[in-house]
Amino acid sequence: MRQVFSILVNNHAGVLSHVSGLFARRGYNIESIAAGPTEDKEATRIVIVAFGEKTTLEQIARQLRKLYDVREVQQLAYNESVTRELVLATVWADVTKRTEVLQIANAFGANIVNISDETVTLEASGNDHKTRILIKALERYGIANMARTGMIALPFEGMTEDWEPLA
Amino acid sequence: MELTGSQIVIEELKANGVEIAFGIPGGAIMPFYDEILKSGFPHILARHEQGATHMADGYARVTGKPAAVVTTSGPGATNIVTGLCNARMDSVPIIAITGQVATPMIGTDAFQEADTYGCTIPVTKHNWLVKDPRELQTAVREAVRVATSGRPGPVVIDFPKDIQTMTAEYIPHRTQETVPAGDIHNDAPELDMQAIDQLLEAIERAKRPIIIGGAGILKAGAAAELTEFARRTGIPVINTLLGLGGFPGTDPLSLGMPGMHGTAYANMALCECDLLINLGGRFDDRVTGKVSAFATKATIAHVDIDAAELGKRVHTHIPILGDVRDVLLILNTQAKERDISAWQDQIGEWKREHPLQYDRDGSIKPQHVIEQIQEVSGGNGIYVTGVGQHQMWSAQFLRFNEPNSWVTSGGLGTMGFGLPAAIGAKVGRPDKDVWLIDGDGSFSMTLVDLATAATYNIPVKVAILNNAYLGMVRQWQELFFEKRYSNVHYPENPDFARIAEGYHVRGFDVKDVDQVRSTLEQAAEIDGPVVMNFHVSKEENVWPMVPSGAGNSEMQLGPPVSEERT
Repeated sequence: MRQVFSILVNNHAGVLSHVSGLFARRGYNIESIAAGPTEDKEATRIVIVAFGEKTTLEQIARQLRKLYDVREVQQLAYNESVTRELVLATVWADVTKRTEVLQIANAFGANIVNISDETVTLEASGNDHKTRILIKALERYGIANMARTGMIALPFEGMTEDWEPLA
Repeated sequence: MELTGSQIVIEELKANGVEIAFGIPGGAIMPFYDEILKSGFPHILARHEQGATHMADGYARVTGKPAAVVTTSGPGATNIVTGLCNARMDSVPIIAITGQVATPMIGTDAFQEADTYGCTIPVTKHNWLVKDPRELQTAVREAVRVATSGRPGPVVIDFPKDIQTMTAEYIPHRTQETVPAGDIHNDAPELDMQAIDQLLEAIERAKRPIIIGGAGILKAGAAAELTEFARRTGIPVINTLLGLGGFPGTDPLSLGMPGMHGTAYANMALCECDLLINLGGRFDDRVTGKVSAFATKATIAHVDIDAAELGKRVHTHIPILGDVRDVLLILNTQAKERDISAWQDQIGEWKREHPLQYDRDGSIKPQHVIEQIQEVSGGNGIYVTGVGQHQMWSAQFLRFNEPNSWVTSGGLGTMGFGLPAAIGAKVGRPDKDVWLIDGDGSFSMTLVDLATAATYNIPVKVAILNNAYLGMVRQWQELFFEKRYSNVHYPENPDFARIAEGYHVRGFDVKDVDQVRSTLEQAAEIDGPVVMNFHVSKEENVWPMVPSGAGNSEMQLGPPVSEERT
């Protein structure tokens, strides 16, 4: 399984080493990691997407909570949180393919940030599902270069218990 | 008041109950050592930084108090990594203060610069690199708090040379500041009373209950509460290697140690029990053997202060997060007496059928030396070991009647732990006789600290069970590698008695079994450190044994012996 961990940490030097080192030395698998400031200037939010057995994911959360600078660990379920990722992709698209690639970009609400003779570079953001489909659609043209921010996430506020999650 | 960084560290260590340091000076820690001298802060000068950490480790295990370890930068700091890792694995508090090159030099590959912060992240509970003298007071206070709270562990403060002399405001008797943090300081989590009720019900239903008492019993100061609980309910007690001493070894309810070299009856009880109550143990792989074959008939309850231990290796039916003493206090008011005599009788039968035993053939048997140490010391000493066969025999044959009277490297299995740990234990408990039972291999790794024992006249009694082998590895090679003895033999071992004399320590060389007792008695009388080199039978094996990766029911009892001894 994959799980999104939203980790609120004290904004101290070395905290990222403590968090990433924990994953490395205990053999946990990280798919993506993203860190950035929060509304509190003393705090940083690190969002990690990890995968493993259910018991491993629970163990990750418990080990994270033991780190000195970790204030809070949320294990976010997909249907209870908003997730976003930014993708920059340079796609092979000479004049014969350019229109098709621009159409795909348009369909996904992606911005075009550069065009060269051979390539188109686009910028797309979205949830896990959307970015995955976009990348798959672009792969048939050939992706020359890609950079992704890794997923960031926040829980949905205002959800009440009578909201039945979709299966 | 305005103090230097060095003064702030000393003052704050004292204010937080740290009473002694073990260490070795060097370039990047010299201003701090100057302050150690000026302030008169008690300090034991070691011969190797690894030894200094094991001294602090032994000191903490017998006193429950953390000591400081002080080293210079670079090699001084990297030398303590083993000692910190050892303390981390066994949940022992240590406050390490490492010198570091001056802040403008950090990152330039300066002389004796090492990334101490990076190196020690995985072997500490937390670490600090202090680059501002104004942060020192809080860092030291937090360091002691982190090391000693919740599940204890070692911490490092990396202390650059320029920060040691810079000044900052120091506020004496400053009240606790709260640094926002998660679970790390949680000494007393709110107890889940429903889970405790579940456990009480399980105890009432159980016909074959067993208690495992782990190191948590000792850390929580819960030995008396455990003893009351076991005697009230009649539930037999198994103690893990690090839990030994948490329940009287002479009590009829005691089953000794479980697992790889545990007693046969402890392992049989684990296989047959219908309720397993693990109090402050962490289900180490040496205890469980193959997890899928562990206590398969039992409802498993687990009490631990560390949430990450609950369900980590063994599926637990009744997990209880909390201080084990708090839980026992509740259990002792609510658990009822029960008649489980059929189960107790069964265990008694296993004890009679499969006692700990060894053959006596006229040579010096290592187990015999240990039994004699028990007798000569009256069982009231502190017993320290290295790592290997001698350690397992000590765990099997010594009978601990007091908590914190047993000092051994469990989780990391650090050969060389023994001598420095014994020195630290004796420094912490000068009122106790401290006996080190060591192997020739283990002892050789850190024997340099004999000089420390001699210099400070720290009277540790060292018994080397010398079989001229890395005995435990040899045993595995004999049993699992068709006796192909690869690099385990030390045929040219030094004359340890003469080595000792060279260090100004009394040495005895013992080759005759008839001299074992008299040598130990003599050693006990000497006012100073003693080394006894016992030439024990070379290819003695530790039995019983659960082969690595096997279930506890696959325990091998060893060859039959001619004379049984329990």
